[in-house]
Amino acid sequence: MRHPIIKQLSFVALCSFSIFSFADSIIVQSTTSTKNSGLYDYILPKVSTDIGIKVNVVAVGTGQAIKNAQRCDGDVLLVHAKPSEERFVAQGFGIERFDLMYNDFVIIGPSDDPALIKGSNDVSEALKKIAVAEAIFTSRGDDSGTHKAEVRLWKDSTIDPTKASGQWYRETGSGMGATLNIAVGMNAYALTDRATWTKFGNKGDFQIHVEGDQKLFNQYGVILVNPENCPNVNAAAGQKLIDWLLSKTGQDAIASYQVNGNQLFYPNAR
Amino acid sequence: MHSFPKMKKNIFMLIEAFSEAFGLILSADADLYEILWLSIQVSLTALLISIALGLPIGTTLAIANFPGKTICITVINSLMGMPPVVIGLLVYLALSRSGPFGVFGLLYTPTAMVIAQMLLITPIIAALTYQVMEDLHKEYRDLFFSLSIPLDKAVAAYLWDARYSLITAVLAGFGRAISEVGAVMIVGGNIDHLTRVMTTAIALETSKGELSVALGLGIVLLVLALVVNGLVTTVRTRARHYGYA
Amino acid sequence: MREIRHSGQPNLQIRINNLCLDMRGSRLLDQIDLILKQPGVTMILGPNGAGKSLLLKCIHGLLFPTWGSIDFDGLNKNPKQAMVFQKPILLRRSVMDNMRFADQGTQTDTELEQALDSVQLLEKIDHPATQLSGGEQQRLALARALLTKPDLLLLDEPTASLDPASVVIIEKLIQQATQQHIKSIFISHDIGQAKRLSADVIFLNRGQVVEYSDAASFFSDPHSDEARAFLSGEIVL
Repeated sequence: MRHPIIKQLSFVALCSFSIFSFADSIIVQSTTSTKNSGLYDYILPKVSTDIGIKVNVVAVGTGQAIKNAQRCDGDVLLVHAKPSEERFVAQGFGIERFDLMYNDFVIIGPSDDPALIKGSNDVSEALKKIAVAEAIFTSRGDDSGTHKAEVRLWKDSTIDPTKASGQWYRETGSGMGATLNIAVGMNAYALTDRATWTKFGNKGDFQIHVEGDQKLFNQYGVILVNPENCPNVNAAAGQKLIDWLLSKTGQDAIASYQVNGNQLFYPNAR
Repeated sequence: MHSFPKMKKNIFMLIEAFSEAFGLILSADADLYEILWLSIQVSLTALLISIALGLPIGTTLAIANFPGKTICITVINSLMGMPPVVIGLLVYLALSRSGPFGVFGLLYTPTAMVIAQMLLITPIIAALTYQVMEDLHKEYRDLFFSLSIPLDKAVAAYLWDARYSLITAVLAGFGRAISEVGAVMIVGGNIDHLTRVMTTAIALETSKGELSVALGLGIVLLVLALVVNGLVTTVRTRARHYGYA
Repeated sequence: MREIRHSGQPNLQIRINNLCLDMRGSRLLDQIDLILKQPGVTMILGPNGAGKSLLLKCIHGLLFPTWGSIDFDGLNKNPKQAMVFQKPILLRRSVMDNMRFADQGTQTDTELEQALDSVQLLEKIDHPATQLSGGEQQRLALARALLTKPDLLLLDEPTASLDPASVVIIEKLIQQATQQHIKSIFISHDIGQAKRLSADVIFLNRGQVVEYSDAASFFSDPHSDEARAFLSGEIVL
């Protein structure tokens, strides 16, 4: 018995130190939407070869990602909720916020389209129709970037869906993918970023009903966690990663990521 | 018969999942083996630590008499039902950079997952050990007194004679550890090639809507559980045949 | 069958002084005052619930008396005791491993095998102990008890509901033990067995000693009504 225990313990020791012995290894607190889209699987090998940094991505909702970064559990923040990101920087948790890339949100729904919103490019109008028809709508309900965007869109359409919470408005409290699975299961509408939807494998007979409205613009930003606040932050490597993402090489890499011939993210660093 | 086509589709997906699973196993998919191996290593390490803690705790509770014993047993039995997510959250807060153990930088490492799983299954192993040992203690107590067996030899005899029941307890712990997702997701972060294990990979594939891949991974996990359980059942059946269990 | 060679303590005296045992608010043993001087088998008789097993457990130290004490006199103030329980307690191991465990490494395997031979269990040496028949289990328990070379052997209905062959083996071993100056205290329900084995008899009823006398006078001329009724096969209340 003694031998395997020692082996196991040394394994643990190795694992716990491997993350440090690899000096240029950093943690990026990011969102489920970027992770589920497959973007990281595509660009991280390039990051590794170009600048020799091992990037570990923790994918949670934007709200949780920001909180985790505030607790110093990450070196770089890559999320999509501009007001929250600016607050993060203003409060001294981050150094500076950079626009990185964008894509757009879409409203997806079952092909029989009970609220008759198909082909609309007016998101407020479409949401109103959903509310009037009391068609089931699944919301992330998890304080994520997508959820924040959705809340803003409802506000613009002057409807408070939370009054119907648990009735036709259903807050899943889950990630993007989980919420899409639930929407498909309940024949419900949902707001999602286009990248996650394009890559999503369990679409059933669902399709995009609303797209193209200016309000559906989805901006991603990247921020280095402030090492003055969090001394453990690997600022040099984090800055290197951000520089690479904002550089022409990085921006081109983002632009070249395609799924089924569709570009998922549009770089817009200045 | 509106649901018929959907049902047919689901059955098709199940078949797809099985072919996915066996495809993954047969193709010796490197990523799959990495994830599977990490799952086994993390859960096995957590298990060994939990045995080292839970066995003495359970045995002490069964054999020793001390004030507050009943409270200890109640607490351990309650901890057995602790939701993994809560344990994950506690470990996260403890290991977070701004938490009390933040300086060790253990969050988002396999060690963090080992700690979470260890906290999850130690009460299980302790509680099951307690039950097994208490039964045996009731059975043997008078004899050991009569033969003036010293405590260390008595404890050794309890452990040895209860070994088949204890293996089942340990297996229950391992099963709980390797199948657990909530805690390792929070403290491990499901980082590719670092902290991704079978269950978090299943959660990820599910969230990507890749249900047949997710199910395929689930089948691989199930096969692992079947192999381990099969081995232990064989051992136990033999033992019972000889009256040793 | 080999004999076990062992010499007990010839002059062992057991003094039970005003012993009382209370459990859960009721008095189960009541002011028991006895001096057991006679060598050989002391038989404890009495109806169910009389407190026979409790008395034996108090002597062995498994139960603490609420009042009173038990003293031993003789060469050794702390004689070596062994007990055979009514329901044999056997480890979940083989017959031989049960012997080895009790012996704790003081005797050779050959000696242990001789002991097993004395209870005719030599051919079952590798059998799981818990899968032996009732008679075999009790024979093993007795062989194991004698292994420890006790001065005092306590037997709590060791032959209750056993096959006759096992009863013969066990009784023979106890008689041998007596020859080797091992003092025995024996609980039995079998009056014939009591007559065969006992040197003296304690008759208990409702936690009290009703009668204590040597075997010959107890069986021929019991003093108390309860003992008379018991010996004639009536139910004693």
